[in-house]
Amino acid sequence: MISRRTTINTVFYLILLALALFYLLPIYLLTLTSFKAFSEVDLKTMWSMPSQGLHITNFIAGYKQLAPNFGNSLVMVIPEAILSSLLGSLNGYILAKWRFRGSNLLFAGILFGMFIPYQSILIPLVKFMQFVQLYGGLPGLIVVHIIYGIPITTLIFRNYYAGISTEILESGKLDGAGFFGLYRYILFPLSAPSFAVVIIWQFTQAWNEFLFALILTNQTKWPITVALNNLAGSQLVQWNVLMAATLLAALPTLLVYIFLGRFFLRGLMAGALKG
Amino acid sequence: MFRNFEFSPSRLVTALVMLVLGGATVFLIFSKTIPIPEKDIASLIMLVGALIFYAGIVVIFSLFENETVMAISLILPSIVAVAIFVYGFIGWSVRTSMSQWKGLNPDYTPAEPLLKNYITLLTHDPRFAVDVRNTAVFTMLFITGCIVIGLGLAILLDQRLKGETIFRGIFLFPMSISFIASGVVWGWLMNPATGNRITGINLIFQSLGLDFLISRWHTTPPPLGMAFTAIPAIWQLSGFTMALYLGGLRSISDDLREAARVDGASEFQIYRYIIMPLLQPVTLSAMIVLGHMSLKIFDLIVAIGNQDQRLDVPGIYMWNTTFRGNNYAQGAAIGILMLISVAVLVIPYLIYSMRTEAEL
Repeated sequence: MISRRTTINTVFYLILLALALFYLLPIYLLTLTSFKAFSEVDLKTMWSMPSQGLHITNFIAGYKQLAPNFGNSLVMVIPEAILSSLLGSLNGYILAKWRFRGSNLLFAGILFGMFIPYQSILIPLVKFMQFVQLYGGLPGLIVVHIIYGIPITTLIFRNYYAGISTEILESGKLDGAGFFGLYRYILFPLSAPSFAVVIIWQFTQAWNEFLFALILTNQTKWPITVALNNLAGSQLVQWNVLMAATLLAALPTLLVYIFLGRFFLRGLMAGALKG
Repeated sequence: MFRNFEFSPSRLVTALVMLVLGGATVFLIFSKTIPIPEKDIASLIMLVGALIFYAGIVVIFSLFENETVMAISLILPSIVAVAIFVYGFIGWSVRTSMSQWKGLNPDYTPAEPLLKNYITLLTHDPRFAVDVRNTAVFTMLFITGCIVIGLGLAILLDQRLKGETIFRGIFLFPMSISFIASGVVWGWLMNPATGNRITGINLIFQSLGLDFLISRWHTTPPPLGMAFTAIPAIWQLSGFTMALYLGGLRSISDDLREAARVDGASEFQIYRYIIMPLLQPVTLSAMIVLGHMSLKIFDLIVAIGNQDQRLDVPGIYMWNTTFRGNNYAQGAAIGILMLISVAVLVIPYLIYSMRTEAEL
């Protein structure tokens, strides 16, 4: 019996290992190529290790190409993630604990915004942003990301707060806490898991987003995704430099996942994202 | 409602000051009475002004000393924002799609007949027909791939093997990479060159002696070529699907499995008859999330396809026709058709989840 279990486990491990290799393949190639000299970037030797030393210069060249855009992305993403999680938390608190007539219908109405293809609102969005003079720069892009992030952030916080017993809040009320007191002293200190999920989610989404960035910003304010796509399509850049640039562009979100991924996963597995 | 109403003159004055200050800031910047050369700074000051104005409104609401009123006043901006940016804009797009707007200046003259743009797209536009077929191919493969691999991985990882955390991390990390970055790398891996220019994954196949697997990838003649664009998408989101299933598996109590074991069920039977049915809601959620993603796919195809007409999807068509061709009316119609395809999937789901929650 035990040996049978061991055999099964070995088979499982082999499957997992094979899949893990498949999942790591693109990152392996990316890292490999970004350290190679240009003369080594050849079709035949694509998978060979770099033989002429590690060319850190690729990263410097790649960074030079994308530095302003990297900065734009940071300037956009950090306030976006913080503001959108605060807003989501407030909305979630109200929709979970201060239900009023029609609040469930309202929630469904907000939730629908999460699923719309943005192509269906793109033309009015551009015209509207031009009209309110928020077109072309980063503040406008931040506002747009926060607004279209309202459904998902509200959903995550509402589901999380719905799981916190109302009795705690009732006892808080007896102690004289009001709307803000209950939030400040009871719910907010308990919110760390959902803040982790929302901040990581919004950070990644905004960092990786392409469509809004492409259409709402001028070339000088392009975030990294738009600039990277432009670089990749330009044909003028060397492959090793492009791969180094791609790695740099993916690095912030990769680091977030590597170091904070388990908080995200924990929140995700706790059902935070299930509708 | 007004039992606690307490007229506090100081608070009213605060509110008025905030309204005037905020309103004036917005007006002065908006009308360019105070010119600010750096556009982003101007936008920022304007947004802060709007925020101060709104804070004034909240202070007025707070005079009622009623907490539900307070709650409503605080959720109001979100409601207004979603009402404008989602529903208002959809309405505006519908109007555009039924107009004759072609060229840079808006022209809302109704089209003749009203649904002309839709009829053209759906009946005699070969490009849109290709788009629909491509989306169908992509969606089918993407959802099936993610669910099969995601569920498989979740079941494997649920066996409490050593190193579970590391595997979980490896399968989840592609999710953190943008479609653009992943499209750039996969475009290289799926290099279709053959003969002595062979490279990428094809080169691996060749050196392993698996020549029959060598493929032209996404440049395979349609509609098969489109199928390969689903590979990077599956690579990115099967780990996410796995996490959803793992969450579902972990919420099934061990007692249930134990009881089945006592009754003599094999491990396979436990999965087949107990666990799989309990995971159905997860499958539904995963299908909705993945489905709406694939129906509006844009960036990944842009990065891989590089304007290849054979890999066209509605998202790209909408983009080109609107912002390159200035055919706003037709672009809006494509956008609305995309919305309808998602709504058909999502609205029944939203109603269903609202109902099941109401029963709890």
